[in-house]
Amino acid sequence: MNSIKHPELSTIFNEDEERVNWHDDTLWWIRAKRDKAAHGISEWEILRETASQIKDNVLSNLHQYLIDFEAKAQANGIVVHWAANAEEHNKIVLSLLQKKDIHQMVKSKSMLTEECHLNEYLEKNGIDVIDSDLGERIVQLAKEPPSHIVLPCIHKKKEEIGQLFHEHLGTEFGISDPQILTETARLHLRETFLTRRSALTGVNFAIAETGEFVVCTNEGNADMGAHLADIHIASMGIEKLIPKKKHLSVFLRLLTRSATGQPITTYSSHFKKPRKGQEMHIILVDNGRTVQLGRADFRNSLKCIRCGACMNTCPVYRRSGGHSYHNAIAGPIGAILAPNLDMKEYADLPFASTLCGSCTNVCPVKIDIHDQLYKWRQVIVKEGNTTAAKTMAMKVMDFTLSSPTRYKLAGKIGRWTIKHAPFTVNNKLNLWFKNREMPEAPKESFSEWFKKNK
Amino acid sequence: MKVGLFVPCYVDQFYPNAAIATLKLLQKLGVDVYYPPNQTCCGQPMANSGYEHLTGNCNRLFIENFSEFDYIVSPSGSCVLHIKDHLHDEKRESDALNVRHKVYELVEFLTDILKVKEINASFPFKVGLHQSCHGQRGLHLSSMSELVDTPFSKPMQLLNQVKGLEIITLTRPDECCGFGGTFCVVEEAVSSKMGKDRVEDHLMNGAEYITAADMSCLMHMEGILKRKNSNVKVLHIAEILNAE
Repeated sequence: MNSIKHPELSTIFNEDEERVNWHDDTLWWIRAKRDKAAHGISEWEILRETASQIKDNVLSNLHQYLIDFEAKAQANGIVVHWAANAEEHNKIVLSLLQKKDIHQMVKSKSMLTEECHLNEYLEKNGIDVIDSDLGERIVQLAKEPPSHIVLPCIHKKKEEIGQLFHEHLGTEFGISDPQILTETARLHLRETFLTRRSALTGVNFAIAETGEFVVCTNEGNADMGAHLADIHIASMGIEKLIPKKKHLSVFLRLLTRSATGQPITTYSSHFKKPRKGQEMHIILVDNGRTVQLGRADFRNSLKCIRCGACMNTCPVYRRSGGHSYHNAIAGPIGAILAPNLDMKEYADLPFASTLCGSCTNVCPVKIDIHDQLYKWRQVIVKEGNTTAAKTMAMKVMDFTLSSPTRYKLAGKIGRWTIKHAPFTVNNKLNLWFKNREMPEAPKESFSEWFKKNK
Repeated sequence: MKVGLFVPCYVDQFYPNAAIATLKLLQKLGVDVYYPPNQTCCGQPMANSGYEHLTGNCNRLFIENFSEFDYIVSPSGSCVLHIKDHLHDEKRESDALNVRHKVYELVEFLTDILKVKEINASFPFKVGLHQSCHGQRGLHLSSMSELVDTPFSKPMQLLNQVKGLEIITLTRPDECCGFGGTFCVVEEAVSSKMGKDRVEDHLMNGAEYITAADMSCLMHMEGILKRKNSNVKVLHIAEILNAE
């Protein structure tokens, strides 16, 4: 069990207030771009509803769609693999590379492989992996996990990126001009694309009707990797299916508007069959998804199309940073997906929210995120993933509040204490007091006033 | 029309003026208001902390106190939302459901039930309106910036009727203040930072007062304002609507 949890990690993040302001402003700017893009489409809410209903259909018929997809993909010449969990997924990737005696792989962005910790696994087994998404490459050089699902290195300033490029890619010391850094990355990655024989991509959408899959990138890196490689492996969570090709437009219109405010990703690449002499594999990964499907209150979370809008809008995420969620997927959506993987490890995440509801509103597939956060809290406590102190405090609260006499007495004592013995509350032990003054204690409560004045 | 006044525990103990203003405002508008003296807390602090299973006693008490009224009105969107969404009692489920249907936050009661078109109030100051999330996104007191929707605001509709009052425009119209119930201590660092940023938006845009339909957000922002030694004050919307 990880001992450092969201409150501690965000306390550390908040030690540098300037940085928090910058992180918050950057993400708010993206949220504002999203708003502009959404408001530019009068049928936006209809699109969201349509997407949500298509996904409802997918989740209710997942079994059949997976079988249909497998058959069509195989007919197209794609080799289909099934992985029950992260370990199986990683083993499949490794064995495919070993079979062809390949020791180097170029990877396009895939949150699923982050979830499975594929990079570490492959590196331990002698495979050199290079992430080709620029943001992913930057965090890879920094030996950090991504802090955002769409903007993996959004927590890094350009000066820090300049330093990393200086250390790893040979740029001059002190250079932080984005133009120069991007060109350096371009040359470095071009070399990678040309020399690697294997490529792995994620999957944004897989179409049951046709057996093809779609990968969305802004940098074209998935195409560059896959087109030049002898073997293209695609890793996909089983929930990424959509029934028909005609449904794709709904999601493509929603995805990037929600993510970055762009009308569409620069590249929406369709992969249907391997080119001559190439091998194409797809790994369909469960890793807890069928468990979540079986949880009536939480199955909706599987509708997620990984746009990251809930993170950009989340006032908590913006002020705590992606790493504070200590999970591959951060933010509100991560906080409802993670407890399904390990309820003990991620018991803190559903509490990292004020339940303001903004996440639910921006979600392009209408996941009831903040309601699920509330529901997870109930499950986590019921399953015993809480502290004895908290349970005791809550029991005392129930005891006090369940009797009007006890409640009134406690109120009186509380007000008296604040007024006459302020040092008992205005101290370090009271977390409220660290950055806020206590409310003033009035001389009488409303109920006391009412008794006299009614 | 018999209305039960539901005064949330922290308002009762720390902000009696907000409750007094609510009572007087309703009376001024000719409403037959009753205050059940045995009320305590709606149970939200426990439920939001994951202990909804401990709220049975609070729920029973709430139903006992408020079942008889035609409407239940409260100056706190967050507590009202909790009752609306989560009030249960296995033994009195139909009573619980009944209560859930007739509980109203003060602003929505004034605009939707009483349909108040003219408020005899005067408050010649620059006021920032904090759109408390549970009221706004939960009870739909106003449109939300994330949704592609026709803009509306019930609190604004009422504040616009107050003489001399000038509403300031915020840079981020409906961002959360970071109070969040027990979140304010469990996640102290983020909560305080959110509160600071929220207050800053009001200060930057020239607010002399910050108001809201939820005293809990105001309590949090007041704590931050006072720590900054700011002269800007918080007032519950009922206190402004009742100001003469």
